[in-house]
Amino acid sequence: MAVTSHAYLAAEPAVATAADSAVLSGAWLLIALPLAGAAILLLGGRRTDKWGHWPATALPVASFVWALLVLFDLLGRAPDARSVSVPVYQWFSVGGFEAGVDLLVDPLSISFVLLITFVGSLIHVYSVGYMAEDPGRRRFFAYLNLFVAAMLVLVLADNFVLLFLGWEGVGLASYLLIGFWQYKPSAAVAAKKAFLINRVGDMGLLIAIMIMFSALGAVSFSDVFAAVPGASDGVLLAIGLLLLLGACGKSAQLPLQAWLLDAMEGPTPVSALIHAATMVTAGVYLIVRAGPVFEGAPVAQTAVTVVGAATMLAGGIIASAKDDIKKSLAGSTMSQIGMMVLAAGLGPVGYVAAIAHLVTHGFFKAGLFLGAGSVMHAMNDGVNMRRYGGLARIMPVTFATFGLGYLAIIGFPLLSGWWTKESIISAAFGTGGTQGMVLGTAVIAGAGLTAFYMSRMVFMTFLGKKRWEEGVHPHESPVSMTAPMVVLAVGSVALGAFLTLGDRFAGFLAPATGAHPHHFDVAHAFTSPYGLAALGVLVVGVAAAWAVYLRKPVAETAPKGNLVTVAASRELYGNEINEGLLMRPGQALTGALLVIEDKVIDGAVNGLGAGVRDSSSGLGRAQTGFARTYALTMLFGAVVVAATLAVRL
Amino acid sequence: MIPWLTIAIALPAVGAALVWALPRTAAKASPAGAAQAAEASASTGGATATAVRPAATATGAGGSAETAKRLTLGFSLATLLVVAAMALRFDTSQAAGLQFEEVHPWIERFGVNYAVGVDGIALVLILMSAVLVPLVVLAAWNEHEDRPDGGRGYFALILVLEAMMIGVFAATDVFLFYVFFEAMLIPVYFMIGRYGRGDDRTRAAVKFLLYSLAGGLVMLVSVIGVYVIGGSFLWTDLVGEGSALAAVDPATARWLFLGFFIAFAIKAPMWPVHTWLPSAAGASRPGTAVLLVGVLDKVGTYGMLRYCLELFPAAVSWFVWPVVALSLVSIIYGAILAIGQNDMMRLVAYTSVSHFGFITLGIFALTAQGQAGAALYMVNHGFATGALFLVVGFLVARRGSSLISDYGGVQKVAPKLAGVFLVTGLAGLALPGLAPFVSEFLVFVGAYAFHPVPAVIAAVGVVLAALYILWMYQRTMNGPTKEGLTGLRDLSARETWAVAPLLALILVLGVYPQPALDVINPAVERTVGIGSGAADTAAAGGSEGAAGAQEEEGDAE
Repeated sequence: MAVTSHAYLAAEPAVATAADSAVLSGAWLLIALPLAGAAILLLGGRRTDKWGHWPATALPVASFVWALLVLFDLLGRAPDARSVSVPVYQWFSVGGFEAGVDLLVDPLSISFVLLITFVGSLIHVYSVGYMAEDPGRRRFFAYLNLFVAAMLVLVLADNFVLLFLGWEGVGLASYLLIGFWQYKPSAAVAAKKAFLINRVGDMGLLIAIMIMFSALGAVSFSDVFAAVPGASDGVLLAIGLLLLLGACGKSAQLPLQAWLLDAMEGPTPVSALIHAATMVTAGVYLIVRAGPVFEGAPVAQTAVTVVGAATMLAGGIIASAKDDIKKSLAGSTMSQIGMMVLAAGLGPVGYVAAIAHLVTHGFFKAGLFLGAGSVMHAMNDGVNMRRYGGLARIMPVTFATFGLGYLAIIGFPLLSGWWTKESIISAAFGTGGTQGMVLGTAVIAGAGLTAFYMSRMVFMTFLGKKRWEEGVHPHESPVSMTAPMVVLAVGSVALGAFLTLGDRFAGFLAPATGAHPHHFDVAHAFTSPYGLAALGVLVVGVAAAWAVYLRKPVAETAPKGNLVTVAASRELYGNEINEGLLMRPGQALTGALLVIEDKVIDGAVNGLGAGVRDSSSGLGRAQTGFARTYALTMLFGAVVVAATLAVRL
Repeated sequence: MIPWLTIAIALPAVGAALVWALPRTAAKASPAGAAQAAEASASTGGATATAVRPAATATGAGGSAETAKRLTLGFSLATLLVVAAMALRFDTSQAAGLQFEEVHPWIERFGVNYAVGVDGIALVLILMSAVLVPLVVLAAWNEHEDRPDGGRGYFALILVLEAMMIGVFAATDVFLFYVFFEAMLIPVYFMIGRYGRGDDRTRAAVKFLLYSLAGGLVMLVSVIGVYVIGGSFLWTDLVGEGSALAAVDPATARWLFLGFFIAFAIKAPMWPVHTWLPSAAGASRPGTAVLLVGVLDKVGTYGMLRYCLELFPAAVSWFVWPVVALSLVSIIYGAILAIGQNDMMRLVAYTSVSHFGFITLGIFALTAQGQAGAALYMVNHGFATGALFLVVGFLVARRGSSLISDYGGVQKVAPKLAGVFLVTGLAGLALPGLAPFVSEFLVFVGAYAFHPVPAVIAAVGVVLAALYILWMYQRTMNGPTKEGLTGLRDLSARETWAVAPLLALILVLGVYPQPALDVINPAVERTVGIGSGAADTAAAGGSEGAAGAQEEEGDAE
């Protein structure tokens, strides 16, 4: 491996300096702008129905522009001076506990801010067209703005409590947007399910914060990480596992994955922004951000890689069996995030690979979802790929952009996904030993699955024969929708190379993550055994999909399938497991407690109350009876007082 | 020196007297008007009942009731102004001690004084009460039109209750506290029994009274014991190192503690003496429920902090673990029972049982974060649960039912109402950014510092809260609009004004709670040393857990 200049090798996370420029000390504006949009639309009410989506779109764009200014400000500083804390105000403090509204602007957070505001802005633009006919458009844009603001809080927070605010804030926005068409019972149920499962993860994060304060004496990033070397292994392990639980909820990792596929009930732009590009990657952010904790808890790190690997494969299998285009993409998201989680569990070696894949995935997966939305738009909101087919010529822009996103996600050489996936594979094998072999092989297997299910999706949707339902007249979408898709497609093609060549992104992130990445060697990626293996599974995956879904005609109704495909299409029985383990026992417990409450705890007292009431008939008598009782009681009390005092005096 | 607290107590009392003393001549015309209204509402259905309001108010009965309402609103607003003015004069640098003190001998022979004063915690609770009352009046504006007196008696009772609520938080004489504590039952009893909802209201009122009286009697014994041993009823004479009460032997202290505690546990209410609350709330008008759950129940938790902890420091450590255990049962049990309810009033009552578990957990964690969190929780819960009851009340006013199964798809027809319902619900599940999160979080942090196990068990409540709130919301607001609800009105201006201040407070205290904490913190510092300080000398079982927490952190998971 050609190692050039690695000044950042083994760099520790830099100590944050105070904000000293207007751009940086105004970093709170990044959050305030979209938040103001949400406030205007929600409080303004129907008055803003007509024009509300324009400020709602402009404000995230303004936020993105500000983020660019922040980026250039950071780039103008020495690498180890790019971690800047921006205190805004004290949120609450009690006896040694302090939680501030403090922001941390560093290469890691600004990378996320740029991704969120850029993709977010594009999706706002797309939604202007996509939601044009929806009577609830204003509410939709308000929630989208709220989401962007909450997500920015999440990634800009300088302590775990403020991070938690963003964390639950995006959960709320996700709840509101999944249930946007709440008059559909399925949407309402899916929204509640998502919030509930996320709350299980949130509980983990909450307990982790309690432990941090109790055992490490702080909740701010810098103080917690500074206390890590002196902390016991047990504390670090507990914090690590609980943070992982939180990450599992937000990022739909096993065993808290069951909500993501149902979340596709939300409008498609939501699926693209929240449930593909940004919010669901928050778990990866959390693990990388809390890197020093995980590095002190190797067992927790191993757990992270195991969870990531298992979800990566499970998601790929589910995606391969779903006929609903959005649910198949959701399975793919699970799988890709599993890959990132796995990389994040590798420690500093994997951080850059994980975040880089997260960023490129944000582009191509958002593009794929917007493409799916465009197709649905053309197919009267139909989502069943078995009733698609042959759309390539009718929707050329959608096909081209979707196609580029497809090539990127399957890791077609030199497109974005290839660079970042190769980085993960190389990082996984690079850890060495059995673990490295197992994890590396798993990622390659995951890549093979990706090639299969994505090819299946493209073949079923755009190629082959028309299998349209009656009355469907597909058409290309308007420019407001296709333009964002084109922009995302450009990113899908070029972003990976831009970030990886010259180890640009690795060098940028190093001061924030303490990462010491592999140098990415292009020639090596083509000639190394695992590079070749990755290319091999790519070919096999595409060929297999071709054999089943293009060479032979696709049936309009799903075949009965064998054990494996049935299990996969039923999401590997995740819902059934939750129902059996939690829901039914919970219902039984609730029923039992209701009986206990009524018959045991309340029973005796009710009898007494009824006795008093029955002794007098009617309301008036009961009241006078009561006044008497009361008077007697007071009298009794007075007598006792008097007697006692008399004795004393 | 302006006697702020006395004015704050007297003002609503005077208002109540005036409302009662309104000329009865007008009231004589009432039966006709009321019957008319009742007939009209019966024939056209509950949803249009308010449509006949102008007709009803045009009659003499309406006129008298209208005056009564305006008087009540005016007096409650004036009281709020007085309390707010007092709060502005409160010196936060001296928040640990009592301020605005007044001491006048009342029954000199028995050493009973009229003594009032507030520390930071009492101040915020009085403020909360004074904020809630006018909003309750506003929300209840049209509730009693079909009654012969147009609800005049109800509004007078609200003012009577307000005077007593302020009095009970301000009292610094144990006997005066006891008097207010018991006297409060009378207006509430009538507010439920006479002005409540449903056929079960008499039974619910009786149950409430029986429970409270039982607790009050036990407390009375302790009150007398305190006087016999401490030689005074004045709180300032009873607390502190040198007082006669502090020197009492631990066994006696425990009995006295228990006497107060049982009364407070019933009032709070704590499992297993909580069952009066769901019945009472289920039979209450929403406004009554707001005052009952939002304010009255706080007297219980306030009493634990102020009386149990401060009067009997030597007994505290002995009670820590039993109370923590009961708190945990309340948290989980209350939440599960809430999930199982079909009546929204009862559901919210059960969520309160769960929330009060958090408050008592925070108090008996004996840490600064726990107790400050508990004190702030009392205020936040008053606003959040108050708002939730009010919104449920708006639904009841429209459909005449508080059953979840009678609703569905309301969001589609009344989006504003649904939005308010959701925000108050989210406050109930302690979403960050809204006020209850800060207090619940502080309780968690404080509880964990005390011992990890209770904190982790309590954390399950976070998930259950999401379930009971969102499931209720889903069943009432989401899905296709139920038949008969298609014409449901959205929030009126009056209703909006009744909840908007609460929503604003929930939001402000969520993002900027520090001013409230600055008032609470010094008062907490006074009580926080108590349990652990006593542990050094008493060496009781409870303190071992507190000390052990530090060592056991490593083995937390």
